[in-house]
Amino acid sequence: MSGFRSPWAHLSLMQRREARAGMLFVLPWVLSLLVFTAYPVLASVILSFTDYSIVQTPHWVGLQNYQTMFTGDPSFWPAVRNSIYYALISVPLGLVASLALALVLNMRAAGISIYRTLFYLPSVVPPIASTIVFIVMFEPQSGLVNTLIRLTGLPAPAWFSDPTWSKPGLVIMSLWGIGATTLIFLAGLQDIPRSLLEAAAIDGAGPWQKLRNVILPLLSPVILFNLVMNVIYSFQVFSQPLVIGGTTGAPFESMLMYMVHIYRNAFRYFKMGYASALSVVLFAAVMLITLVIFRSARLWVFHEESGPVA
Amino acid sequence: MTPLPDRISAPEQAATADMAHLAKSVFSPAAGRKLRRHVLAAGRHVLLIGVAMAFMLPFVWMVISALKSNDMVFSQPIQWWPNPPRWSNFLEAFNYPRFPFLRLLWNSVFYSGAVTIATVVSCAAVAYGFARLRFPGRDLLFMVTIATLMIPGIVTFIPTFILFKALGQLGSYVPLIVPKFFGDAFFIFMMRQFYLTLPGELADAARVDGANEFRIFWQIMLPLVRPALLVMAVFMFLWTWHDFFGPLVYLSDTSQFPLSLGLFAFRAQRDTYWGLLMAAATLTTLPLVIIFFIGQRYFVEGVKLTGIKG
Repeated sequence: MSGFRSPWAHLSLMQRREARAGMLFVLPWVLSLLVFTAYPVLASVILSFTDYSIVQTPHWVGLQNYQTMFTGDPSFWPAVRNSIYYALISVPLGLVASLALALVLNMRAAGISIYRTLFYLPSVVPPIASTIVFIVMFEPQSGLVNTLIRLTGLPAPAWFSDPTWSKPGLVIMSLWGIGATTLIFLAGLQDIPRSLLEAAAIDGAGPWQKLRNVILPLLSPVILFNLVMNVIYSFQVFSQPLVIGGTTGAPFESMLMYMVHIYRNAFRYFKMGYASALSVVLFAAVMLITLVIFRSARLWVFHEESGPVA
Repeated sequence: MTPLPDRISAPEQAATADMAHLAKSVFSPAAGRKLRRHVLAAGRHVLLIGVAMAFMLPFVWMVISALKSNDMVFSQPIQWWPNPPRWSNFLEAFNYPRFPFLRLLWNSVFYSGAVTIATVVSCAAVAYGFARLRFPGRDLLFMVTIATLMIPGIVTFIPTFILFKALGQLGSYVPLIVPKFFGDAFFIFMMRQFYLTLPGELADAARVDGANEFRIFWQIMLPLVRPALLVMAVFMFLWTWHDFFGPLVYLSDTSQFPLSLGLFAFRAQRDTYWGLLMAAATLTTLPLVIIFFIGQRYFVEGVKLTGIKG
């Protein structure tokens, strides 16, 4: 062991005993990280360079899967476009809606806890059940939504039967499930010291100025958290588009989200190599986007000690 | 104030006195504030009730439609209350051979229950190691744990599927449950935050008295984190009940399906029997709604805990 200083060397007997116990406590998780995270991630990358139908042994094909993806798979780009469209619309809309809702739920009113409970209720409904309900409500001819729209005299879209309206329908559906994001915002709002808001009011700040200059800066770390989590989740939306459009993403591939495309390749066509390549690309994309968001956070996330870093 | 007329009857006198009292109370500054407060409070409730109704509508529509015959689901004009209500939908959905409700319910209870127990046990221990015991490499290991939260599930899913297939475990719950006995990154993170809020003196005192780390964990720490364990249990149960992707890939026999997957299969077969389908959706949701109302405190508190506190 000459030349290598063990991290244990300087520990006292008590400390060593504590360290041994600590390692024993986290041991299951270390095993999980190795077997169910590190190994599969590595295996996904390796499989992405192979042709593997699960019944035959994989054989190396180099970059062929990636080449097929970008130039030979007619469904790849539609799936990418659909997922970007969905993330780009549903995430900002969801954040604004859940923040607004949190502000409303943060008001002091009798029975406010009952309202808070009611807003979380939709998030309790299993996605398969809620999607089926929305299919019924968005039925083009005589569903509830279009019947109500026609009462106002506006033209009623065909929603999940029309490739231009199916994704907006999916976005509206996602807004129904903003309960969790709302409650995280609500917890953040409740951490804002009342004294700060009162001081702002004394200085003559109206509701809008209070929101703009006190609430939003103090809430910005929570906004960052919700933004990152929701972006990651939105790229993995699966159950809802699968129930609506099946594995073909009907109508006309407009519901073919990226995850549905991976599912179809992996577990319908059993192209494990190609599906792995698709998931590696998803991984890279999510990492890149998360990194960009964290980089941008320096400009808009407020740290209490120092103010905005930029 | 204008002088009152001379002759007025007793009841009129009382009435005018009342009005004068009312006028005085309305126009005095203190009462003005009071009135303003009442109007504001009423306005808040109108807002809250309006938004709450929009959120409850799909939920309510599901239950209403579950009591309708097939023509009534899409009848014009809208039938807000089915006349007559078709309670037999529930009986029919209950007894439909391809949707064996009791069997599916049991599968869901088993699946959600097993995953919940596995997660609570493993995360309570692992998080304790991260929060309360010092060992070399701990902080690096924890950073890695947080980083894994950003890995899209599908990246690890495909190789894990291949692994379990090689072990002959397709068509069983083993791949869905066993990995959870080794911990879950999200709940390890959440529980660690919770352990960090506890005072250290108790454990130190016990240590001085010669208690080993496992006794301290079991007899001192676990009782203190009971609320957090309940939060974890409630959410894990809910999310596993919602889980659709895992069962869809791993299970193939209807008698093994949990409710979500059973509902999906039901819709795939009888997607024109809307009333029946809505009854099945309601039955799938009902157990969660019951749990939600019993454990609502833990849901609302839990989202705050699972946020970014600490």
